[in-house]
Amino acid sequence: MLKLNNIYKKFNTNSVDEKLIFENLNLHIKKGEFVTIVGGNGAGKSTLMNLISGSIFPDKGEIFIDGQNVTNLQENKRAKFIGRVFQDPLKGSAPNLTVEENLSLALLRDKKRGLSFGVHRNNRELLINELKNFNLGLENRLDAKMGLLSGGQRQAVTLLMATIVKPKILLLDEHTAALDPNSTKKVLELTDKITSNEHITTLMITHDLDNAIKFGNRLIMLNNGKIQFDIFGSDKKCLLNRNLSDMFKI
Amino acid sequence: MQILISTFSQGLIWTILAFGVFITFRILNFADMTSEGSLTLGGSICAVLITNGVNPIISLIISGIAASIAGLVTGILHTKLKIQPILSGILTMIALYSINIRIMGKANLSLLGKNTVFSILENSISLLRDNFTLSAFILGLIICSLLILTLNLFFKTQLGLAIRATGDNEQMMRSQGGNTDFKKIFALMVSNSLCGIAGALIAQSQGYSDVNMGTGAIVIALASIVIGEAFLKLIKLKNKILKSLICVVLGSICYRMIIFLVLNLGMNPSDLKLFTAFVTAILLGIPHINKLKLKS
Repeated sequence: MLKLNNIYKKFNTNSVDEKLIFENLNLHIKKGEFVTIVGGNGAGKSTLMNLISGSIFPDKGEIFIDGQNVTNLQENKRAKFIGRVFQDPLKGSAPNLTVEENLSLALLRDKKRGLSFGVHRNNRELLINELKNFNLGLENRLDAKMGLLSGGQRQAVTLLMATIVKPKILLLDEHTAALDPNSTKKVLELTDKITSNEHITTLMITHDLDNAIKFGNRLIMLNNGKIQFDIFGSDKKCLLNRNLSDMFKI
Repeated sequence: MQILISTFSQGLIWTILAFGVFITFRILNFADMTSEGSLTLGGSICAVLITNGVNPIISLIISGIAASIAGLVTGILHTKLKIQPILSGILTMIALYSINIRIMGKANLSLLGKNTVFSILENSISLLRDNFTLSAFILGLIICSLLILTLNLFFKTQLGLAIRATGDNEQMMRSQGGNTDFKKIFALMVSNSLCGIAGALIAQSQGYSDVNMGTGAIVIALASIVIGEAFLKLIKLKNKILKSLICVVLGSICYRMIIFLVLNLGMNPSDLKLFTAFVTAILLGIPHINKLKLKS
């Protein structure tokens, strides 16, 4: 589903702050895989996400999504088949638009936005049903401004916005880091439910090793731009936090 | 009575400008200085066309189209050359100063004795014969109502919703597959074409076009918008866009009344701009002042 071939990425080229992030990075992710990504600060986790989403472009190398070469495709064109949830709950939705308006825009992600009405009565039932699954009472708040919701609620809605049109790849960039423990649990459960029900290929960055082990069926540890550790299948199931913490110290 | 109607009609004509600025300032979150230039551009083009015998209504439409190009230029400066919004607008505005003089051939152009949209209305309806004030009022009312309806509908479409989202959170719009550059340029074009139409109507109503007629226009528009926002709480309407648009009209009329009052109280007309800037600054600052009070 996702292929990164021989990726090179350098920041601040030709200056004293030059920083080489990736040197010949290769990563292949199969359809339906849920990959959790761990690694220290500066390991290149977010750069990896940004390369896949198209916010930044590699200096060398190629990126394929579902067989299509997207290396030079603009972020907004790639977004038609990539869903993304950011760490900051404020980033993923428009605060002055209502919940319904935000979700209606998300429903149009892979379409051209034309001159027919943006919010459709017919979609309302669909949205209510989707929100009911969340058990957060959001189904009654379709007319509320997004900015009035709590961080956890906003992140839940953003997750729905990212997946309501089934993406080929879902990118979760520490999407629970800004939430309290309760909301974190809730949003992670929702994430697991949605991705496993819809078999969405998912990449999730997290700093919480327990969650990295608990969720997903493959785990990748990045260190200085290199894949230090890549475990999947039954091996991952047997992985313990202790093993992983030890790996971190290397 | 005549004075009251005249104040109202002034307010209504300037509302068109305020609508234009509302689109950039409040919806797109883009402080677009182009408005001042495109207002004059609309006035100049309209004046030149009318003096050359072109139908005033057609001149009005051409002015709007020409002014939308000014918005296009600002949009390209900002989205493609990555120049900050305020500076992109200033660049286009300054360039338009020279262009406007080129268009008119001199610094101002009189429309005395020429056909205007107002004189057409005066001559076609017997009730309005030789009553400029009333026909300006009626025309302003018609145009503003039409604009409220169209803009309200437009901002409910998929494209309109996407423009609102772009102004609200650009990153979100991009990650939802939206081309935010296109949306910004489009909104700037719509906004500036409204400013151009406003300029054309202002030139026709005052009987001349002047290269300086746009100076301070953006502050007048902002004053109308922020005065109008005081009415937001008083109007009970579920439709937020419709409510905001109506408030802009009310704000614009209120602004004209305030101006009429202070002039009657003996204020020097050349101090009006200082007064407007002062009032606008205070009104824009009120929410923040309230916050400071709450803290202490």
